[in-house]
Amino acid sequence: MFFDILPLALVDGIAYACLLFLVSMGLTLIFGVMGILNVAHGAFYAFGGYSAASFIMMLAPTTESAWIPLVSLFLVAIVVGTLLGGLMELVLIRRAQAYDPILKLLLTFGALLMLEDVQRFIWGAQPYSASEVVGRLGNIELGNITYTTYQLVVVPATALVAYIGLEYFLRYTNLGKQMVAVTHNREVATSLGINAGKIGLITFIIGAILGVLGGALASPTTSLVPGAGADMIVLSFAVVATAGLGQITGALIAALMIGILRSIAVYMAPEVEVAVPYIIMGLVLLVRPHGLFTVAQARTI
Amino acid sequence: MQPLIKTTGVQLSFGGVIAADNIDFELHSGERLAVIGQNGAGKTTFINICTGYLKPQAGKIYFDGTDITSMTPRKIVRLGMGRSFQLPQLFTEHTVRECIQIAAARQNARLTAFKPLAATVDTREVESTLELVGLREDGDALSSDLPEGKRKLLDVAMALALRPKLIIMDEPTSGVASEDKHGLMQTVMNALDERKVTSWFVEHDVDIVAQYATRVAAWINGAIVADGSPDEVLNDPRIKSEVLGN
Amino acid sequence: MMYAISAIGAALILAAGHFLPWTITPIIIGLTYAIAALGVSVMMRAGQVSFGHAMYACISAYTVAFIARAYPGTDAITLILAGVLVSVLASAIIGVFMVRYRGIFFGMLNLALSMVLFALLSKLYHITGGTDGLRIPRPPFLGMTLERESFEFLLLGLALVISFGLAWWVQRYFRSGNGAALAAIKTNETRLEYLGFSAYVVMWRGYLLSATVVGFSGSLLALIQGLVTPELGLWLRSGEYVFIAILGGAGHAVGAFLGALVFEAVKLTSSAYFPHLWQFILGFTLIIVIFLFPKGFVGQLSKRMKL
Repeated sequence: MFFDILPLALVDGIAYACLLFLVSMGLTLIFGVMGILNVAHGAFYAFGGYSAASFIMMLAPTTESAWIPLVSLFLVAIVVGTLLGGLMELVLIRRAQAYDPILKLLLTFGALLMLEDVQRFIWGAQPYSASEVVGRLGNIELGNITYTTYQLVVVPATALVAYIGLEYFLRYTNLGKQMVAVTHNREVATSLGINAGKIGLITFIIGAILGVLGGALASPTTSLVPGAGADMIVLSFAVVATAGLGQITGALIAALMIGILRSIAVYMAPEVEVAVPYIIMGLVLLVRPHGLFTVAQARTI
Repeated sequence: MQPLIKTTGVQLSFGGVIAADNIDFELHSGERLAVIGQNGAGKTTFINICTGYLKPQAGKIYFDGTDITSMTPRKIVRLGMGRSFQLPQLFTEHTVRECIQIAAARQNARLTAFKPLAATVDTREVESTLELVGLREDGDALSSDLPEGKRKLLDVAMALALRPKLIIMDEPTSGVASEDKHGLMQTVMNALDERKVTSWFVEHDVDIVAQYATRVAAWINGAIVADGSPDEVLNDPRIKSEVLGN
Repeated sequence: MMYAISAIGAALILAAGHFLPWTITPIIIGLTYAIAALGVSVMMRAGQVSFGHAMYACISAYTVAFIARAYPGTDAITLILAGVLVSVLASAIIGVFMVRYRGIFFGMLNLALSMVLFALLSKLYHITGGTDGLRIPRPPFLGMTLERESFEFLLLGLALVISFGLAWWVQRYFRSGNGAALAAIKTNETRLEYLGFSAYVVMWRGYLLSATVVGFSGSLLALIQGLVTPELGLWLRSGEYVFIAILGGAGHAVGAFLGALVFEAVKLTSSAYFPHLWQFILGFTLIIVIFLFPKGFVGQLSKRMKL
């Protein structure tokens, strides 16, 4: 039975992992550069999903095209991500730069609570979805199995492009290199003339856009309901912790691992499916207390 | 008489740099050993090896006859090796007295879950330790509120409260204003003498070394190149030029 | 002075419970929040914030439910103690690996475990009743079979006794040798090790205490609600406990109770005036409190009043 379900589980798992990876990429980027574990990241995901779903529901009847709704997912993500991320950084994060990491985390937890109610205020409790997008893009047949183009191509392609784009940005552009410098040592970077405040804002916005994008891309295949944000933040934390805080490539691997194993569990042992990411995280941290890919830091007095 | 510390063939290198080059070393009870050398010469690395913080790639270390080469720092401390730090390591949210009291409890087994800490330690010993370093009146002050000199004294006092046989001090007078250095060192040495504790300290100030040490060891590039009385070592021309920079 | 205020508070609560019986349930629930926050604050003493301690409330609550349903004549006191015992045992085992971690990892590993528990409780319908939970038949209290009003009033009294007892014990723990060492972990764990202590052992003991305290909150909650659901172990719940501990300041045991008072007040007011925005207001309050009082709202007050 295992090999029967494997292709389906893999495709499902990879698509799911890609969404998870997009969100986690944003989370781990923000942590790496700014030292904040942004609990409100889950709300970014949720807002992305809801906004995209609303927009598509409005847009779909006005056009026959398959591509316009798809492209609008990305546009919504960029707009919403910039607004939410920018607002939160300017109002909240900026002021708390010198605080204890736990207090910073609690601030973002407060922001999550606030955003969850704003979300419920705007969209209510009924499920939202943008299933139109999937239907219009059609299916692809591989072997004997039919997959949706969306799941098989669009989602993984986006995640891959985002990953390569971010890595390129961090390694080869001036702005990206400055972000890396701030990650390694904020004080030294500032004394070299890098505007840490500007870097912080840009980082947070990029991270937020990734989180929102994850939600926007999830809206065609998921039903957005209240609580989606809280669920997602815990999941993406599991990915980020498994990989090691700040490790982007690690997050890709961890997301794939968790996504695929969870997907297999859905088919073979559905009772434990929800627990799978946390079991994996627990097992990894038992062996490597700081995540799979961190570089050990020497303790000094 | 058995040496308090004895090392044979201790070797450690990091990425091509030899931090400890086949060190054979002995320290006897009652000595006041000053260790001098340029930064990076290996003085602190050797201390970290003897206190269990670093493991040597070869060689053995014995403390009072016991092989401590593979022991954890915690076990070594319990055998009687105390340590104070260049930057005072205090419990910044506790008072001066509480810092000593915690040290005086010394082991997990003696920690209570109900009786107040103050009631479980030997009050006279705690007060006498405070008295020895001149911190009696500061007993109720928050340790982080103390000026630098007193924080250094508290750092040493915490090690003293362990009733150790040896205290290793990393630059005891660094960060202290020059006019206060001698006063500080005098207080520390008197306290150690009173409690019959051997001392081993890293120090850059030649006057301090000359006045308070009974023995001086000079390090260059991971090896002890001179070892003898302060007079001999401090006046050695090679040491004067390569270590002291005269 | 602390004792006087607490005694007056207790007397007021009992009076309210007697004359306005509808207040009993919310008061007991408020007390369980305070007790749980007290438990979380034990770990905060060592500078560690757990986002999963609600699992210990969940474990004790479900233990109460299982035993009460399997052996309906079991006394309420026995049920409470049994719940706490299972929580402690669980924490003893979990603590063995959990207390190696610090900072965000400690916080989130606890969260992860609580999510696994939540998932299992939600999915294993035939054993746990799934998301509907399990009902608990009203147990006898000290041998007496009681009507609802009397049972609840006695439970209120018991909750007060337990609150006092735990607050007193935790405060004594903070002053004891273990408590001082626990606090030393927060400021200089390395020095503690260099003094010959095992921070691991000290943390483990503190972890057990924190789980014991949270366990009591779970048992009480199970009995007053007559129902246990997986939500008891949700990470958002743990977050509320942390919130209360921060609000009240983790420096003194009474902080958790004052924090819970403010928390419940905020919740009630916002439910009355802005019914669907109570989370918004709570989140906003948390942010304001952190910015204005980094040491906790009550912590600041107590500093000035020299409690």
